[in-house]
Amino acid sequence: MSKPLTVWDLPKEEYLAPGHRMCQGCAAAVIFRHVLKAAGKDVIISMPTCCGEITSTVYPQTAWRVPWIHVAFENAAAVASGISAAIEALKRKGEIPKDKDIKVIAIGGDGGTFDIGFQALSGTLERGDNVLYICYDNEAYMNTGIQRSGATPLGAWTTTTPVGKVWRGEWRPKKRKDLVAVAIAHNVPYAATANPAFPIDLYSKVKKALSIRGPKLIHVLSSCVPGWRIEPEKSIEVARLAVLTGMWINYEYENGIYRVTTPVPKRKPVKEYLRMQGRFRHLTDEDIKKIQELVDAEVERINKLVGKEVIGPVEG
Amino acid sequence: MSLPGWRKLPIGVVILTPGNSVEYKTGEWRTLRPEIDQERCIRCRTCWMFCPEGTILEVEEPYKTKAGREYKITYKVDYDHCKGCGICANECPVKAIKMVEEVI
Amino acid sequence: MGKVLPLGGNYAVAYAVKACKPDVITAYPISPQTTIVERLSEFVANGELDAEFLHVESEHSALSVAIGAAAVGARTYSATCSQGLALMNELLYIMSYIRLPMTLTIVARALSAPINIWNDHSDFMSVMDAGWIMMMSASNQEAYDEILLAYRIAEDPRVLLPVITSMDGYIQSHVVEPVEIVDDEEALSFAPKRKTWVTLDPDKPVTMGPVGDPSWYFEFKRQLWEAMKEARTVFDEATAEFAKKFGRSYSAIETYMLDDAEVAIVGMGSFMGTIRAYIDRARRDGIKVGALRVKLFRPFPSEDIVKALSNVKLVGVMDRALVPGSPTGGVLHSDVACAIKQAGLDVRTLGYIAGLGGRLLTMDNVKQMIDILLKYKDVKEVPKEPFFIGVRE
Repeated sequence: MSKPLTVWDLPKEEYLAPGHRMCQGCAAAVIFRHVLKAAGKDVIISMPTCCGEITSTVYPQTAWRVPWIHVAFENAAAVASGISAAIEALKRKGEIPKDKDIKVIAIGGDGGTFDIGFQALSGTLERGDNVLYICYDNEAYMNTGIQRSGATPLGAWTTTTPVGKVWRGEWRPKKRKDLVAVAIAHNVPYAATANPAFPIDLYSKVKKALSIRGPKLIHVLSSCVPGWRIEPEKSIEVARLAVLTGMWINYEYENGIYRVTTPVPKRKPVKEYLRMQGRFRHLTDEDIKKIQELVDAEVERINKLVGKEVIGPVEG
Repeated sequence: MSLPGWRKLPIGVVILTPGNSVEYKTGEWRTLRPEIDQERCIRCRTCWMFCPEGTILEVEEPYKTKAGREYKITYKVDYDHCKGCGICANECPVKAIKMVEEVI
Repeated sequence: MGKVLPLGGNYAVAYAVKACKPDVITAYPISPQTTIVERLSEFVANGELDAEFLHVESEHSALSVAIGAAAVGARTYSATCSQGLALMNELLYIMSYIRLPMTLTIVARALSAPINIWNDHSDFMSVMDAGWIMMMSASNQEAYDEILLAYRIAEDPRVLLPVITSMDGYIQSHVVEPVEIVDDEEALSFAPKRKTWVTLDPDKPVTMGPVGDPSWYFEFKRQLWEAMKEARTVFDEATAEFAKKFGRSYSAIETYMLDDAEVAIVGMGSFMGTIRAYIDRARRDGIKVGALRVKLFRPFPSEDIVKALSNVKLVGVMDRALVPGSPTGGVLHSDVACAIKQAGLDVRTLGYIAGLGGRLLTMDNVKQMIDILLKYKDVKEVPKEPFFIGVRE
């Protein structure tokens, strides 16, 4: 059993340079920094069109200090598969030293993963390509101005699910697409969720994933200042509250075993999380009750999968 | 400022200089700037960990507080790039960072 | 003389690709291309070809995988046509403009609708502006040889553009002809693998595919225009060397009895064989007719075409893809007519649309085409509307 990591185990090297145009308080930037710290210098990053891409690579400037490629919106996974295959082939033919461990990571937003990138992701996972896919999920198409995506939670205001007389924010799904379950359905050796408010957990999950051969997936919540209507300084706090209310559960799946990495003995009511964000401002107590029920159901599901109550009841 | 013509640019829109985004001073975005009170700071690394920009710099500069505590490192802000989001101040467990109005 | 095998066009291409030792092959089935990748997978399965073979889940992913692989420095191959080519459409433009080489074979097939698996040039023509070098063969030997030429040209540091090789679906792909194959050593000495382009390498990190805002986009498009011009120079060098090494001579165009021709038919692909066969008959009847087959379509060999047609009175250009609403109805006709006009030549053109959706060209059809040319040969005004050869009125 290895010693749990502390903040002092996070490497100092910054592979994401400042000067990128991500919003003030963008949690995605925090996520990228720590993913890259876990990966180290010998990595190749494939990204789809997304917030992270357009803000970090505005010709002639790039914030990336590692090799990086963007091709199109729906194919980060497929491009990563190609990179991974080429590395295999070139190693076999002696063009790349066999002992050089070059990791391949595809990092995409929820739009480019849940929706338009779903097919490519499925292909990569099913073929068993040696790629780590990280989805940073800000729960809408934020890059193009906060439109609803397949990851948008119930009740959220977006520019395409606005609040009016007939519609009051996102009305479906009852429970959004479970990306980790999708990955598990593809028989991946490792899948996990993570959260920018718990960077050491994210870092160790990325490190663990990269030590496993095959397709891996990590689904990371990414708070968004303009999209969630929050104050920039609250960006990490709201992500933390997602975990503390059970709205987001940090867990991992490895070879059939589920493990919650951030247990929450007593949950805060989900209302605290929702009331922090302007995109949920219109919700009535009735709406919030519905969302609380969804959270309760998911908590129960995860507890069952783990085999014990790792996420506790709502306090009070 | 004249930009280079097509003959001078490397082909294929490739950017050959990693991390040259540092040339873009996002510090100009700020309306609030973080100021670290070195006396209060307990060197817990939290601000460094949560900064989206990587503009909380951990420098090997020893510091001795007035109360006599000695630290081997100091945290400084890269004001060229700090966007003033305030996450550092919000997350600091001892409230050692104050967000102060940026006055030009 | 190397080994001669009886090979359909698809299998010929598979043998050629094998000889060039690609590192990554991506494959998605679509008729009539599928037997290329089937044969390649057999080579890999038997250990005769050491390549990573990715069974992708769509053509869009096929080219995405290829771009990722080429970005790392791999020699990459894929094949597709029709709907598959349409599905990977956005990626063709991306790959050429980020200047990564690869070879893609289009086994020309009609674009839907209606869904039609048979041969025409609509898929080939639909990507004429994607910035790829484009060649079309007319025999299985040529289809084989195009692969070697393709890698040689694509990976040349003066070019660094992806290449499309093509053949007519079913007519070439599934019909057996004798094909002389070369062994791997010979293929690789003609098209050696060299590190001629910037790649994704952790020791020298670069960023590929950034945002190019209005201050920058235009310059990169301009660069590609120049690269296309270079591509012609490299094509000529490569075909000359190919002729010396393998004894088969190719050039951007192929002419037939044009020296004293008064009228001529211009076209691409295997139908030119039928046209040549009919021309032999017509010549016996004293008709001074010739033919010109365009092999290199992009970069368009304007000078060669103009020179070859300079003494012809009337040229009939056959297009096997329809562009509704365009002045000529066909891409080839427009390009040929434009080249002639740019040269200031007094050679008139008219157009044919033929062979759409696998409608074969008969000898009677060719007679019809030549009769039309003879009818308007000395007439001042030539019809602007294309003639739809072989359609039922």
